[in-house]
Amino acid sequence: MTVATLLSSGFQLFIPRYLGKAVDNAQGLLHGTVGGVAEIEAALWLSAWMILGLSILRGLFAMVQNYFGESLNDCIAADLRKAFYHRVQQLDASFHDNAHTGDLITRGMLDLEGIRHFPSTGLVRTVMLLVLVVGGSILLISTDVVLGLISLSFVPVIAVRSAIARIQLRYLWLKQQERLTVLTNAMEENLTGIRIVRAFAAQAYELLRFDKHSSAVRQVAFERLMARVRSMTFMGFSFFVALTLALWVGGNKVLAGEITVGTLTEFLAFMMILQMPVRQIGMTVNSYARASTCGARFFEILDYPNPIESGKTLPDLKITKGEVRFEGVHFGYGEGETRVNVLSDITFSVTAGKTLGIVGPPGSGKSTIARLIPRLYEVTGGRILIDGQDVRDVSLHSLRGSVGGVQQDSFVFTASVDSNIAYGNPWSDEAGVIQAGRDAQLHDFISDLPGNYQTLVGERGVSLSGGQRQRVSIARGNLVNAPICILDDATAAIDADTERRIHDAVIARHDNRTSIVISHRLVSVMHADEILFLEEGKIVERGTHEHLLDLGGRYAELHSLQMGAARSVEPTLVQVSSG
Amino acid sequence: MGRAVRPPRGVIGAQVSHDEEMFGRVFDGRVMRRFFSFVWPYQRLLVFALIAVLVFVATQLTIPLVILYAIDHVIQAGAAAKVALSSVIIFLAGVVLVNYLANYCQEALVGRIAENVVVDLRRAMFAHLQRVSLSFMDKTEVGRVMSRLQSDTGTLQEFLETSVFAIGDVVLLFGIVITLLVLDAELGLLTLSIVPILLVVRYFWLPHARAAFRRARETNSMANGALAEAIHSVRTVKVMVRGRENHELYSDLADLNLRTHLRAAKLAQVNVPIVDGLTGGAMAIIVVVGGRMVFAGALELGVMVAFLFYVQRFFDPIRSLTIQYSMMQRAMVSGQRILEVLDVPETVTDLPDALDLVNCNGAISFDQVSFHYTPEISVLEAVSFSVSPGEKIAIVGPTGSGKSTTAALLRRFYDPLSGQVCIDGHDLRTLSQDSIGRHVSMVLQEPFLFSGTIFENIRYASVTKNAADVERAAQVVGAHDFIAQLPGGYQFVLDQGGGNLSLGQRQLLSFARALVADTRILVLDEATANVDSYSERKIQRALKILLEGRTAIVIAHRLATIRDCDRILVLNHGRLVEEGSHQELMDIDGLYARLCRLNYASFDDVPSSAIR
Repeated sequence: MTVATLLSSGFQLFIPRYLGKAVDNAQGLLHGTVGGVAEIEAALWLSAWMILGLSILRGLFAMVQNYFGESLNDCIAADLRKAFYHRVQQLDASFHDNAHTGDLITRGMLDLEGIRHFPSTGLVRTVMLLVLVVGGSILLISTDVVLGLISLSFVPVIAVRSAIARIQLRYLWLKQQERLTVLTNAMEENLTGIRIVRAFAAQAYELLRFDKHSSAVRQVAFERLMARVRSMTFMGFSFFVALTLALWVGGNKVLAGEITVGTLTEFLAFMMILQMPVRQIGMTVNSYARASTCGARFFEILDYPNPIESGKTLPDLKITKGEVRFEGVHFGYGEGETRVNVLSDITFSVTAGKTLGIVGPPGSGKSTIARLIPRLYEVTGGRILIDGQDVRDVSLHSLRGSVGGVQQDSFVFTASVDSNIAYGNPWSDEAGVIQAGRDAQLHDFISDLPGNYQTLVGERGVSLSGGQRQRVSIARGNLVNAPICILDDATAAIDADTERRIHDAVIARHDNRTSIVISHRLVSVMHADEILFLEEGKIVERGTHEHLLDLGGRYAELHSLQMGAARSVEPTLVQVSSG
Repeated sequence: MGRAVRPPRGVIGAQVSHDEEMFGRVFDGRVMRRFFSFVWPYQRLLVFALIAVLVFVATQLTIPLVILYAIDHVIQAGAAAKVALSSVIIFLAGVVLVNYLANYCQEALVGRIAENVVVDLRRAMFAHLQRVSLSFMDKTEVGRVMSRLQSDTGTLQEFLETSVFAIGDVVLLFGIVITLLVLDAELGLLTLSIVPILLVVRYFWLPHARAAFRRARETNSMANGALAEAIHSVRTVKVMVRGRENHELYSDLADLNLRTHLRAAKLAQVNVPIVDGLTGGAMAIIVVVGGRMVFAGALELGVMVAFLFYVQRFFDPIRSLTIQYSMMQRAMVSGQRILEVLDVPETVTDLPDALDLVNCNGAISFDQVSFHYTPEISVLEAVSFSVSPGEKIAIVGPTGSGKSTTAALLRRFYDPLSGQVCIDGHDLRTLSQDSIGRHVSMVLQEPFLFSGTIFENIRYASVTKNAADVERAAQVVGAHDFIAQLPGGYQFVLDQGGGNLSLGQRQLLSFARALVADTRILVLDEATANVDSYSERKIQRALKILLEGRTAIVIAHRLATIRDCDRILVLNHGRLVEEGSHQELMDIDGLYARLCRLNYASFDDVPSSAIR
């Protein structure tokens, strides 16, 4: 590519020379000073052919140069895309907790676009310009020192001006991008919470907020615009000033008989050819500023430290019994001063085929336990063992492969029901998917859909109710068939009856798996082999349902609240539970 | 990465591309007219910008002419020249200065107009979205609206910025053609003979290029869609250990994207040697033919030099006009999409003589109210009831019985299709929406919080309230204690959607928000299973305080809440089936009694099979 760039610029350099020759020849014809008519005619033809040939060569090499430049861009962009995607998937949960999804998307899409055009437009243009300027300087200065220097006088001016502009623009781009992110987030939240906005008649207030952010964006956009305009127009101006000077000095030299008109034309033609790249410098500076800002934001994600990433190769987890054991586990979100303690001194163990139930008020740390086992977060004290192996000492891939689960927020992909259920086990056959659908009490619903299991669901497809979404994610979790299964409030939107049926189907299929069921509904956990009652990150009560009721503590209190005041366990519930 | 793994059931990203479907039209009069109405406020700036563009083009054309004059009549003429070289130089310097100023003005003005228009457009869309029917908002993904607010306005900005220059380009093109013909018609025509060749080449090239560009954009949006999905679903991806497979699948998408881009680049670059060759051809014609003409005395040397200069500039505008073309195409699509948003009808509007209800007693009446979202499924049928000031009403019923719609109609999110909803005897349609907002507030099932501080969230739109009011409200609903424990207290900054608080805490904050708004009428959609029973007690307590002294309509799911209400309305299939106190309804032994006897923690837990 560089060769092509050099060649195309090189050829371009010679075009003015032949133009100059042609002008001199024509002038020779006019004044009859040089040789015979035929000779001059031949010289004209030679010039013409040379110009045509050089132009075509230049074009061909420019084509090669541009094509390879673009290819370079696109290849780099493709690699960056893949790297970004990979990184986003790899970064741990605490990173994603703090990252705005809109911001990540902006970085992965818009910032990538900002970088992708730079390698060819920026670098190649710079090379081309250097060749033109250096080669041109040699050609021009060797022809006439003074006129050469004058013709090139705009180059240092532009160099200095563009350096200044680069610094300004980089800063302004960054500022604009930041403010745009704020505006984006504000708009997105407004639209997501539009019912609240309407409910509080807050349209005027929201518009005020919008205007505040929007005018902040506009203000910095204007600053950036003016910085760009100032530098670009000044560069053009310095070029024309140099042209004027060249004409003045050169004209006087022709008048004094020091150079020919052809030489002057050559100088002027060369300057005309330089005009385009000079104008492009301005754009290059702008795109450089943009690329470096975008690049900084983009690479910030790629270079973000990932504490959980298993850098060294760790042995795979070996499941023998499927025993999960917490030993004095502590956990807190955040660092230092702002650390919020979530779990303290949690100790328990569950063995294969057994079920552990966890209940407690919100914020008591129930879900955190679910997230610590597949190592979405790192414990801050104590340890978690699976069959005697610390989760930190085994490969993430094998760990998460062994810990299946259904999460509180069930994500439905815009894809077929089939692909959605098979998300965690895309190698599964159709029978497996249907079985999982049946177990999750979803099969009847899917059978009613126009395309059965191939029906598109999610954002652009058939929209699912909360309960249906949860059942899709339960089916998804079941298909993975991991030896350890964590249900984190997985049934909140499913009625108790259906939940019971799902539970029975799943138990029947996987009776030897270790289950941890987290719920705020006692119905979901009352059959567990052991129940932990969590409060403010500590286990305050533990035991079986009966034991905890007898204890008459927090659990019993919660039970009476849920089962209706002043009534003991209802006949219907007993029926359900024994069924 | 080893062996490539592509699972049979693995897909990422939506497999459908919606954004590129409507590609095609280059010019849409309707879009242009509407778009122009946004440019119109800046007409004075626009006129100045156009003048600057024209002056700029004129000086661009003049500079070679001055050089021509200098060479022909001053430098070549030598001592015989009528004008001194220095005066020509001074004139040229003047033209250069004007060129500089005009360039500065055109760039600055055009950029300013474009930025302003985009800000206005975005604001118009945003403001419109605050007013459009809620059912539109329910049906539309936020992401798609956002892309209209952002990328589509951005495309229009780019278009606007370049379109003024396009005018300059066209003028420059014509200017060059005219100058060439005026300088020497014969040589001018010969030089321009290359233009038809260019047109023929373009004619064959353009369809291929356009298809390739479109394909490149399509694969771009597919890859971007997959990335967005990965960002939103990252937790599921981790738990399901799909990282490796997704990586492979995404690699495929990225590679496809790369291939289409390379093809587009190839097609774009084929042009370069053709244009360069044609430029060279034109120059060769000038050199040979012009040279002969100079010899024959039919042409001045300076004219030939000027021709050489102009021809080199000739292709610049043609090249940028090609860019303009695809720019314009994209701008039309963006414009259509923006108009789609702006044209979403506002179903709920103020009457011209809408009454601004200043004082409100809080009496509510529904008179034969019917409503549906789609004609096939009726949601409310002839529902009538009335609530006296200060009364607390519970609305109960199975899922889909029309409870939430009743609440939405009272807040005038929608207008009833027949019958009327009144506050203090005034039909809501005769009141200004702002005044309804001042007297009716709502607490929704899903507590929605904005990113920002807790203080901002509680105070929200009630900007007249101060820190003391906010703290008092938080204390009353029992949120003060946990707020005080947070770092920064009321200045604690919430994450997106209040993610760093528990659901119960978020619920309390939304109560505090309603308390600060302090309206006469409160509509409350009780959270169903979302809040665990533990914080339920706290919330029940907060609720009691919140409802005190107000007319309240509570969409209730829990017996405990229902008992605290004065009267219960039971809805089933959009009809009001029972009405009365808890005891009265138990005595009737109807639907309510059945629901109660099932004794679920929440009525929404009751399986529909149990009701029938």
